[in-house]
Amino acid sequence: MVQNIIDVRNLSKSFDISSKEPDLKGTIKHFFRRKTKSLKVIKDISFKIKEGEIVGFLGANGAGKTTILKMLCGLIYPSEGSIIVSGHLPFRRKENFLKNITLIMGQKQQLIWDLPPIESFYLNASIYELDKFEAKRRIKKLSDMLEIDDELFIPVRKLSLGQRMKSELLAALIHEPNILFLDEPTLGLDINAQRNLRKFLKKYNKETNATICLTSHYMKDITSLCKRVICVQNGSISYDGKLDLLLKRLSPVKEILIVCHSEKDATKLESSGYSVKNKTKNEITIIIENHHFTSSLKTILNNFDIKDLYINEPPVDEIIGKILVKKDYDI
Amino acid sequence: MISNSLNRKIFTLLKVQYSNMLEYRVEIALWAISGIIPFFMLNIWTNNNLNESINISDIMLSRYFLCAFFVRQFSVVWVVFSFEEDSLLGRVSPYLIQPLNPFFRYFAQHIAEQITRFPFALIIAFFFFIFNPESIWIPNLSILFLSTISTFLSFLIQFLIQSIVACFCFWTEKASSIERLLFIPTLFLSGLLAPVASFPEYVKSWIYLTPFPYLIDFPANLLSGNKTNVFGGLSMQILWIVFLFLVFRKIWSAGTKKYTAMGS
Repeated sequence: MVQNIIDVRNLSKSFDISSKEPDLKGTIKHFFRRKTKSLKVIKDISFKIKEGEIVGFLGANGAGKTTILKMLCGLIYPSEGSIIVSGHLPFRRKENFLKNITLIMGQKQQLIWDLPPIESFYLNASIYELDKFEAKRRIKKLSDMLEIDDELFIPVRKLSLGQRMKSELLAALIHEPNILFLDEPTLGLDINAQRNLRKFLKKYNKETNATICLTSHYMKDITSLCKRVICVQNGSISYDGKLDLLLKRLSPVKEILIVCHSEKDATKLESSGYSVKNKTKNEITIIIENHHFTSSLKTILNNFDIKDLYINEPPVDEIIGKILVKKDYDI
Repeated sequence: MISNSLNRKIFTLLKVQYSNMLEYRVEIALWAISGIIPFFMLNIWTNNNLNESINISDIMLSRYFLCAFFVRQFSVVWVVFSFEEDSLLGRVSPYLIQPLNPFFRYFAQHIAEQITRFPFALIIAFFFFIFNPESIWIPNLSILFLSTISTFLSFLIQFLIQSIVACFCFWTEKASSIERLLFIPTLFLSGLLAPVASFPEYVKSWIYLTPFPYLIDFPANLLSGNKTNVFGGLSMQILWIVFLFLVFRKIWSAGTKKYTAMGS
């Protein structure tokens, strides 16, 4: 039986936030009497993640996804509740725990700017106590997987964003961690670079059975990597389960564009009781609920003379966007 | 005892940081030149015959300030500024989840910079001797050894003081302002502007209880061959290092609980 590698119970996090009114008056007031308030950004959340799972954290900006990742990797201290990751309390940052995890933040870098990435790789290898031979082997293996052989010896400042991101990944994975925390790893990358990165992560997960916790605003990252998603809204979990179930729940219908041989056929179809979205001459778009989609489609094909047919699934971005746009969307 | 694995980590850090520092060799040469305050002070002292009041010869005074320059070159610390910037921009975050305290990175950065700085400091000393040939002397090996250790200990004291101040970044965004407060006693009491011997007796007895005279005055006097209590000075340096290290550990442990990883 696959065991839980992450166990989060009743986790909360509050931050002290100071607020300042605008203009000079506000500045002076702020100087003499600073107003601070405690803001609870994570509210009593609980979840478990199994070894080898890839879980996507979804939510609008400021929903608390990154804060959760930061607590899971031990970067920040939880205000309430408990977290156990790989048998450790993350915040204690014990060496054995740190050697098992990695955190990659799309907008942050750990590579030394003026030196080629290879220098940072060997530095990390030494921090994680790998001998030179093993470090060399892993650099070769990962650079092959990431396809960045030539870039290893070029100063980081001269690399493109995509090449830099791949190098960041290599630096973060040189110790072959079991748990990867990825905060928007494809941020700013072009479509090809995004696809390559996803391909790499999939391969890494398959080869090492690593657990991956991922946040991303690119839905393609989520749909191609994660079977399970956790939706975070205002610091609480509003959904934790399979991605396809969420999509079904958020979009219970499909649209079919039917091209009939004549306008008369289209009119006949219009009056046959289906929910019609729009109709133009011999083309008609109808909406069918997912749970009797197959039977409805069969009936239409058997009873009407149809020239062509297109099934439109609403784009995942659009469906997930419903959660992101409206902060208190009811899933 | 430092473990073998920590030794290896620090050694690799040093190699990498040294390569990094070599990218900035021109800047380091300029920084070395910018540390010539002791020579200005020497000029003020000798032109006004101030050395007579503390019973020290012109030659010994010029050697003292040359040594003060050298000690300063190898004990300059800027960790509070680096840590503050890294902390504000969220660059500390990846370091915090690695099995090595981030301050080792800054430590290696400083040592690498000192190694890079060394030839430039020698060139400046060479020019100093051209203009002051009467000051030329060769310290004996034991003095050279002890003053090298003392200079390194002085660097450690400065590094620990600034690291403690840097930890205040966990509570306030501008910890460097605290460092600026410390800059005043450092400037006046360390021996950079005047040998501590020039202070009145009752002030001196207080100054020697602080860490400041062990930053420049003690190692510079030791290297220049002035009369100094070697055992007492080294002991005080070690005591301060132990005390500051314990304070640092305490404040680091409390501070990291406050870390909010802003900017990342």
